[in-house]
Amino acid sequence: MSETAEDLGQPESEKEFKELLTFFLAGEEYGVDILRVQEIKGWDSVTNIPNTPEYIRGVINIRGSIVPIIDMRLRFTLEKKEYDATTVVIILNVVSKGNADRVMGVVVDAVSDVYNVPVNDVKASPDFGTAVDTEFVTGLATIDGKMIIVLNIDHMLNAAELAVVDQMSE
Amino acid sequence: MSIDLEQFHETFFEESFEGLDIMESGLLELEHGEVDLENINTIFRSAHSIKGGSGTFGFTAVAEFTHDMETLLDQMRNGERQVTVPVVETLLGSVDVLRSMLNAIRDGSEIDVNNVSQMTASIKGILGVEDAASGTPEVEKLSQAAKGWVVHFRPYVDILKTGNDSVRLLRELNSLADQIEVTVDNESLPPLTELEPEECYQSWSIKLIDAEVSEDEIREVFAWVDDECDLKIEAMVEDSRDSAAGSLGEDQSEEKNPEKRSTEKRASKSSTESSSIRVNISKVDELINMVGELVITQSMLSRFGESEDFNDSTIERLKDGLAQLEGHTRELQESVMRIRMMPISFAFQRFPRLVYDLSASFDKKIELVMTGETTELDKTVLEKIGDPLVHLVRNSLDHGIESPAERVKAGKPETGVINLSAYHQGGNIVIQIKDDGAGLNKNKIFTKAKEKGLVTSDERMTDDQIYDLIFRPGFSTADVVSDISGRGVGMDVVRRNIRELGGAVEVKSTPGEGSVFTIRLPLTLAILDGQLVGIGDETYILPVISIIESLQVKSENINAVAGNAEVYRLREEYIPIVRLYQIFDIKPVSTELDSGLLVVVEAEGKKIAIYVDDLLGQQQVVIKSLETNFRKIEGLSGATILGDGTVALIIDIAGLIDLYQKDMASNVVSIKGAAA
Repeated sequence: MSETAEDLGQPESEKEFKELLTFFLAGEEYGVDILRVQEIKGWDSVTNIPNTPEYIRGVINIRGSIVPIIDMRLRFTLEKKEYDATTVVIILNVVSKGNADRVMGVVVDAVSDVYNVPVNDVKASPDFGTAVDTEFVTGLATIDGKMIIVLNIDHMLNAAELAVVDQMSE
Repeated sequence: MSIDLEQFHETFFEESFEGLDIMESGLLELEHGEVDLENINTIFRSAHSIKGGSGTFGFTAVAEFTHDMETLLDQMRNGERQVTVPVVETLLGSVDVLRSMLNAIRDGSEIDVNNVSQMTASIKGILGVEDAASGTPEVEKLSQAAKGWVVHFRPYVDILKTGNDSVRLLRELNSLADQIEVTVDNESLPPLTELEPEECYQSWSIKLIDAEVSEDEIREVFAWVDDECDLKIEAMVEDSRDSAAGSLGEDQSEEKNPEKRSTEKRASKSSTESSSIRVNISKVDELINMVGELVITQSMLSRFGESEDFNDSTIERLKDGLAQLEGHTRELQESVMRIRMMPISFAFQRFPRLVYDLSASFDKKIELVMTGETTELDKTVLEKIGDPLVHLVRNSLDHGIESPAERVKAGKPETGVINLSAYHQGGNIVIQIKDDGAGLNKNKIFTKAKEKGLVTSDERMTDDQIYDLIFRPGFSTADVVSDISGRGVGMDVVRRNIRELGGAVEVKSTPGEGSVFTIRLPLTLAILDGQLVGIGDETYILPVISIIESLQVKSENINAVAGNAEVYRLREEYIPIVRLYQIFDIKPVSTELDSGLLVVVEAEGKKIAIYVDDLLGQQQVVIKSLETNFRKIEGLSGATILGDGTVALIIDIAGLIDLYQKDMASNVVSIKGAAA
C-alpha cells in the first residue's frame, strides 16, 4: 500500500490505473488514493486539543478510537470558510515508515467524484519555488480537461504532525 | 505414537525459570543459616522438575548438569552433608549457570560450555570428597551389574497424556548398554477401530546385555515416569538370554515410525512465540459466572423489546433490568481486569539475590525485609516497574546504608535494613523502599544542584523540594562513580518510567534515620476514576486520585505574588492557582475567580489549585491513547469517550504542573526582558 501512492508519480506500466477520490478545496479539485479512504462523514463537533496549531481542529471518536481532524484549508494556509452542508470529513489511513498505521481525518469543502486515472496521466508538478506547499503533491492529473492535484497523504499528514512538534519546542 | 513436544517448550521454560527463582530464594535462606528441611526439599523438588523436564525435551546438557546439583542436594536432604557457605555459594552459582543455559536454549544460541564445565567441576569437587569415601561399595555394585539387567517396563495407558514418550525412554536405555534386546507385549492392544491414539497399550521387556551400569542409573531413566508405570528391574540371569532374541527385528521397526513422524511435524511447525499469562482458575470461573448473569439479564431485557404495550409497571421493570445490567457490566469489567493482575512478588523475588550479591561487593551488612508480596498489580505495570525498583534498591544499598564501621559509630546496629513493601491505598498501589541509613544529605544535594546549574544560589526551598532535586536529569551526588549508581542517569529515568505508567515517585528523608522512596501506581492502566470538569464549552477529566478537595473561592484568600502569579491560602498553606483556560487557551465562561471553583490537586508532592468553571460529576472512564493516531500532548495523559459519544481529554496533573511552571518561567523572562 505504501508504495502505490509514491508510484503514482513514476508510471511504469501503461495499463496501470489508479482510482482517485477527489474533493474540492477553495475551488481546486484534489485527489487521494481511494484505497486509503476509510470513510466519509459530515462535519460534526470536535473536541479541541490545547496548544496545537489552528489547523488541527481537534479529535473525534470513530468507533472507539480517538482520531485527529485536520482542516485542509488552514493546513494549506487558504482562506477560512464557514463549515456548511457540503463540508465533509474524509477519514484516511496514513502509513508511516517505522510506525503503525494511523487514522486521521481531513476537513474539505466537498467531495467530488471517483475517477479511474491511468498512472501515466499523472504528471509531475512544476516547481513553484518555496511559496507553495508542493511537497505534499504527488503530481497533477488531467481528467475531462480538468486539473486534479494528486496528494501524497502520507507525507502531508506526517509533516503536519512534525510542524506541531517544531512549534511546541520553540 | 508421539505428541509434538515443541508446543510444551514455552511452558517448560516458564516453569523452569520459576523453579530457578524458587531455588534461588531457598538457597538465600539457607545462606542465612536457617537450615530447614522443608526448604531443602523445596529446592530439591525444583531441581528435580527441571532435570526431568529437560530430559523429556531432550535438553541433555541441562539434565546432566542438574543431575549433579541434584545429587548434592539429595545429600543435604538426607543429612549426609553439612549445609556450609561454600556449598550454598556453589549451588547459587550453578543456578546462574542453569539459567544461562536455559536462556541459551530458548533463544537458540550457544551454551557457554566453559562456564558449565567449570561449574560442573566445582560441584563434582564437592561431591568428590564423598565419592572417595564411598568408593568401594560403588565398585562392588558395578561388578554386580556387569552381566546386565532385565527391565520390565509396563506403562499405564495414560502415560502419553502426561507428555512422556516411551520411545524416548527406550532410546535412553539404549544409550546405557552396548547391546539391548527389546521384547514388546502387544497383548492388550485393541483392534484398530477401538484404538485410542493417545493411549499406550504396550509393555516392554528390555535386556541390557553386558551393561556396566548400576540399578540406580536405570531407575534414573524412569524417574520422570515413576508414577505412570510398573517398573521391575532384575539382574540378568544367564539362561533368559536367547528367549527374547527373535522379536528384536519387529520391535525396531515400530520404534522408528513414530520418530519419523515427530520430526516431520516439527519441521512443519513454525515457531509461535506468544506472551502468555497464567490465570488462576477461580478467576476464570468467576468470569464465566458473570457472563452467565449477563446473558440472563440480556434475555430479560430483550423481552421488553418484543412486548407490544408499555405501561408503568413494565417501565419500572425495565428500569430494574437496566440497573441490574449496569451492575453486571461493572462486575464483569472488574473481573476481566483482575485477570491481568499478578502478585507483586514476581517483581520482588529478584531482590534477595540482588541484595545478597551487592552487599558482598560493597562490604556492607544488609538485611532485606519484604512485606505485601501478594499485593496484585496489572501485568503491564508489573513488567515495567521492575527496572525502576532495581534502581531504587541499588541506590538505597549504595548511597543509603552506611558501612558497618560507620553504623557502629553512629550507634546503630551493624546490619542495615532495607524494607521493601507494597500495599493498597485508595485506588492506588503503593510500593515503598525504606532504608535505615544515613538519610539524604540536604546540603550536599543543594550544592551539587547549584554546581550543575539546576538551581540558583538564592533560591529558597523546602527540605522536600531539595530532596526532590535528585530526580532531576543530570544529577548525581555519588563521590565515586561505581558500576551500580552514580552516573546521574538514574533517578530521572526512574521518575520518567514511573510517570509513563501514570504513577508518581517521591522521597522523604530524615538525617541519621534513613530515607523512604514511595512509588504510587494506578491499579490498572486501562480504567480511571475521573472527575469531569467544565471550562468554557470544553469538558476535561481530572483523575479523582489526585484530587484533594474542591472549594468555592473566597476572594480574601487570594494573594498575588509579584503581579502575575496567584496563590490561594488554604489552611495556612499557599497553593498556586492555575487558570486552566490560560494554559490551554480556552474561552472560559468567566475569568473572575470567585464565580468558578478551585480543584486542589496534588502530584509528586506538589499541590496546585486548578480554576474551573464547573464540576460536572464523576465516572469511570476508559483511557484511550492520543498517541495511537496522533502524538503526545503536554499536560494530557490521554482521552476517553463519554456516554454521548464525544471525546473528553484527561489531564495529566504532573504534566500540567510542569506546563504551569514553564509558563511562569517564560513570564519572568519577559518581565526581565522588559525591565532591561
